[in-house]
Amino acid sequence: MGNPLKLPLLLNRKYRKPLVDNRTLRYESTRRRILQILWNGIGFGFAVVWMIPFIWVVRTAFLPKESTIGTGWSWGLTFDNLIHVWQAAPFGQFFMNTLLVCSGVLVVQLVTMTMAAYAFARVEFAGKDFLFMLFLVQIMVPPDVLIFSNYQVLNEMGLLDTKLGIMLPYFASSFGVFLLRQSFKQLPKELDEAARVEGASRLHILSRIYVPLSRPIYVSFAIVSVSFHWNDFLWPLIVTNSEDNRLLTVGLAMFAKATESGAQWSDVCAATLIVSAPLMIGFLLFQRQVIGSFMNSGIKG
Amino acid sequence: MMAGWSEKLRRNGFGWGLVLPSLLFLCLFTYYPMLKSLWLSMYEKNLATPEPMFVGFGNYANLLKDEVFMKVFGNNIGFAIGTVPTSLALAFLMALFADKAIKGRGLARLSFFYPNMIPMIAVANIWLFLYTPHFGIMARLASWIADQPINLLGSPDTVMGALIVMMVWKEAGYFMIFYLAGMQQIPKDLYEAAAVSGVGALTSIRRITIPLTMPTTLFVAVVAITNSFKLVDHLWIMTKGGPNNASNLLLYYIYDTTFNFYDQGMAATMTVVMIALLLIISSIQFFGWDHKIHYE
Repeated sequence: MGNPLKLPLLLNRKYRKPLVDNRTLRYESTRRRILQILWNGIGFGFAVVWMIPFIWVVRTAFLPKESTIGTGWSWGLTFDNLIHVWQAAPFGQFFMNTLLVCSGVLVVQLVTMTMAAYAFARVEFAGKDFLFMLFLVQIMVPPDVLIFSNYQVLNEMGLLDTKLGIMLPYFASSFGVFLLRQSFKQLPKELDEAARVEGASRLHILSRIYVPLSRPIYVSFAIVSVSFHWNDFLWPLIVTNSEDNRLLTVGLAMFAKATESGAQWSDVCAATLIVSAPLMIGFLLFQRQVIGSFMNSGIKG
Repeated sequence: MMAGWSEKLRRNGFGWGLVLPSLLFLCLFTYYPMLKSLWLSMYEKNLATPEPMFVGFGNYANLLKDEVFMKVFGNNIGFAIGTVPTSLALAFLMALFADKAIKGRGLARLSFFYPNMIPMIAVANIWLFLYTPHFGIMARLASWIADQPINLLGSPDTVMGALIVMMVWKEAGYFMIFYLAGMQQIPKDLYEAAAVSGVGALTSIRRITIPLTMPTTLFVAVVAITNSFKLVDHLWIMTKGGPNNASNLLLYYIYDTTFNFYDQGMAATMTVVMIALLLIISSIQFFGWDHKIHYE
């Protein structure tokens, strides 16, 4: 029989043997505690395992060269590897190039996506639905897979081996447009109307009302976009030939290839650390913000 | 009447004007390249025939006869099957853990997510090191298990497995955050009600958490499958697709065909195959399933 209120149980307890009841209760709670500890142990065990690859690389990067080859554990600490690597390849130049490409792409993306998002959210114009579908295509087929054909387009434009060439395919971001359109649509239409009554132009409304109110979305998009372009490899590799235009990831790959012959792992690890450090530090400082941004990026338009 | 017309015209002009910059870049670097690939896939164009020669569907027929392509295609399917379910399951468990853990929650999130902030090419370097015979920690682990020295990346039997492990390590934490977001949207009183009626933790996960995060699972699955076709950076540094094409993937093969074999016709044909694949995968999400999957 069901016992919806559980009250009779309390009453019944007097008539039962209290010892047994207590024991099963205690057993139950011990069992639960053990499971809890086990679950936590496995979870944190995994967290530690996940850290090992990076810790290993950091350790090797700071370890004197002689001790890398040995199998035992040693405690040397040196900055020689980092300094050596920094001087062996123009990582300073690569760093500036990457910074330039990331910020260039981001600035243009922000402008183009703001305009398009406003049009899709608030302006009624002919062919809007069709255009919307066209924009969807870029999300399904991102520029990354069109490397072969985009290379030819860039070739036709005579922009191979330029930083502009690396940036161009990413100047329009459908993903950004959808993200922002969603945010624009949630703002009350009355804001628009009130501002228009006051005599504000639509562009004015866009820049003074819509953009400031969607700031969190802009921040999210910026974080996702910068980390994508900072990490991008295949496209910049194909487009660039000269060292002047090389990005960090390409520089790292070239460097690793050149040192592959010897077992100079301390150098490769140091280079890997140099290339990963800027984003990694940013991530550690703004952890919540970064994770939140990637979370937002999953919301569909 | 006239005022109505001019208002309409202005509104349309305004709308199109706003969309135009984005549309221009989309045309140049998405639609035009797609159409151009489609057109070029009908032509033979390589070192032997520098002037495009019309061959109809000949390239597609050749593709089916190309053993390397078939192998690469199979590899890619295998790579998807190897990475997607594992990283999804792991991501779900990670989220479950990072969502409920009271102490060290931030730390767990951090350690699961950080591989995402490392460039793929750096990840490749890191794992190349871990897999280096004699020095690498993973290579040592593998030789200890197999009781003999093993070159994980050098043998056709193990190379794919090794790359799959690396990919799961990189991606699981990324998918975790989508599950975290999904789990936070589940009303807490559902769990309370379950606990009051004496439902165990496992059952409530099975009956509440899993069904209610189904839309997340679908979304993440599509992203994961797409990624398994898109992410090939690591091959450039780790294996170059070898040994004997055992680790080669579609996009990398396209890259190879274009820039090392200079066969543009075939590269275009494979690009079209790739585009078709991606369109099919993402249409699963955009149309169809998405609405039905909520509460079955």
